[in-house]
Amino acid sequence: MKRVYVNEQWCLGCHLCEYYCAFASTNEKDMARALKDVKINPRIRIEEKDGISFAVSCRHCDEPLCVKSCITGALTKVNGIIMIDKNRCIGCYTCVLSCPYGAVYPSEDGAIQKCELCIKTHEGTPKCVTGCPNGAIVFEERGE
Amino acid sequence: MAVQYIYPEYEVVRNYDRCIACRVCERQCANEVHEYLADSNKMVADDSKCVNCHRCVALCPTRALKIVKTDHTFKENANWSGKSITEIYKQAENGGVLLSSMGNPENYPVYFDKLLLNASQVTNPSIDPLREPMETRVFLGAKPEKIERDERGRLKNNLPPQIILSMPVMFSAMSYGSISYNAHESLARAAAELGILYNTGEGGLHENLYKYGKHTIVQVASGRFGVHKTYLDSGAAIEIKMGQGAKPGIGGHLPGAKIVGDISKTRMIPEGTDAISPAPHHDIYSIEDLRQLVFSLKEATGYTKPVIVKIAAVHNVAAIASGIARSGADIIAIDGFRGGTGAAPTRIRDHVGIPIELALASVDKRLREEGIRNNVSIVVGGSIRSSADVVKAVALGADCVYIGTAALIALGCHLCRSCHTGKCNWGIATQREDLVKRLNPDLGYRRLVNLMTAWKHEIKEMMGGMGINSIEALRGNRLMLRGVGLNEKELEILGIKHAGE
Repeated sequence: MKRVYVNEQWCLGCHLCEYYCAFASTNEKDMARALKDVKINPRIRIEEKDGISFAVSCRHCDEPLCVKSCITGALTKVNGIIMIDKNRCIGCYTCVLSCPYGAVYPSEDGAIQKCELCIKTHEGTPKCVTGCPNGAIVFEERGE
Repeated sequence: MAVQYIYPEYEVVRNYDRCIACRVCERQCANEVHEYLADSNKMVADDSKCVNCHRCVALCPTRALKIVKTDHTFKENANWSGKSITEIYKQAENGGVLLSSMGNPENYPVYFDKLLLNASQVTNPSIDPLREPMETRVFLGAKPEKIERDERGRLKNNLPPQIILSMPVMFSAMSYGSISYNAHESLARAAAELGILYNTGEGGLHENLYKYGKHTIVQVASGRFGVHKTYLDSGAAIEIKMGQGAKPGIGGHLPGAKIVGDISKTRMIPEGTDAISPAPHHDIYSIEDLRQLVFSLKEATGYTKPVIVKIAAVHNVAAIASGIARSGADIIAIDGFRGGTGAAPTRIRDHVGIPIELALASVDKRLREEGIRNNVSIVVGGSIRSSADVVKAVALGADCVYIGTAALIALGCHLCRSCHTGKCNWGIATQREDLVKRLNPDLGYRRLVNLMTAWKHEIKEMMGGMGINSIEALRGNRLMLRGVGLNEKELEILGIKHAGE
């Protein structure tokens, strides 16, 4: 299965992935209109310290602790992608606590949000990948 | 300073309706032009620091930025331009030599733009390169004067060592130090994939890149940095650099601040020492001396590689080339006055040397007249901007061209001409780690391969139009060229007719 991987060597810490991620979940055509005066809450985030930076988003683990910990069955694994059913999420945030990568976040509406490889918003390559200026975020098949 | 003589040359124009304050401009500008004001959630810019490299413009996700030339003006004066006045202010302030980078930007004639190519109509068929074979391969090196046979009548292989290229273009010398490791790796990998050559420049060859040796020209210049036996053996050819088009008669100086880590190791000089390439080779004061170095290098590599001698195009270029052709060199590289550089004194860059088109035409003519054109191949550089320039250069007599600036532009260079500051925002002309990583060779080499692939298609189209199916049949074929807007003398030097003749 194709996943989002990060080549830390090429990450510039420009944070564009975060903005393309935030833009992807709006239904706007134009990023300026979508994100003007908005404090973004992206599903991919840059972690940086001492000149090293890299993007962190859901790994879509083979044994996902977030799915195991979900008390309502809102998180499920569908065709390898860990999906959130916002209607079932009660906002207990057990998944936020249990994700070892810190890739699950509360959203504005109280339910949690996480990377779903953009499959709910459009076809093809996730927007953080196409928006990365330096090939630091890739969408590819790697040995499991 | 109380009196600010110099007004910023560029203005950063931000469309606040489109700016989402993502701060990518701030994070990506090594010149620290942009700043985020947290209290008002607003981006602001200091125009005076902007070098117009377009990094912020290219990465702004909402296209909120553009850079414009300021319309602030001096009183109009046809003699004293704003540029001349500003340069005097600069020198009156710092007492120093003005430094510049990349090629001569001044308004001298570009002869390539005054040459037009021929095409076949009615009486001679043109060729469709998509349907018929078209040969763009070239062989660089001395050619044998005659066919020799052994006692049984079989052909003797008396061909001196050659460079074989899939198309008549090579990446010209740019040293590791003047450009980044990632830029070098991009060039090396692209050359290998394309079946052409790149050139190390005078900075030695990083140990990781020896594996591309078959596609590498190793350079020996006046500073002799990074030259050792394995280095010479690793390349496909050796180039002796006598001069550079951007700064004929001038040496090089890579400041000690840039001689760090792998660069120090590759150049074989201590960290922090200035790398000074003298203006002349101190052991070469004549063609005879040059011959000694040519044969020293051939001896050291067992006569297996062609030796290139690179010179800047200067006034007596034809006579100098004639001498080089008799020195034992296999290839002459001539660099025109528009050739690029990582740093040169402005006055030298803008006022020394001659156009490559004229230099090429006169060298080719002189070598033919003297019957020694087959002793050497001719490679020309110094602002080859497109495949049309390549075709015109070949028709004027070149075997092959060198591209430097065009290759860097493919890698992202925006010709801001600030290489000498060492803060290249595109990760090319810098050694700052955080900037170097902006050029990912996986993406960079692909862009170079794309560019050359496109040029190759275009070269074939132009050849086909002329009814020529082999690039070698175009070399020196000046009947395929006509001049527009050139005077008698220019036409005579170029050896071409005027359009309509």
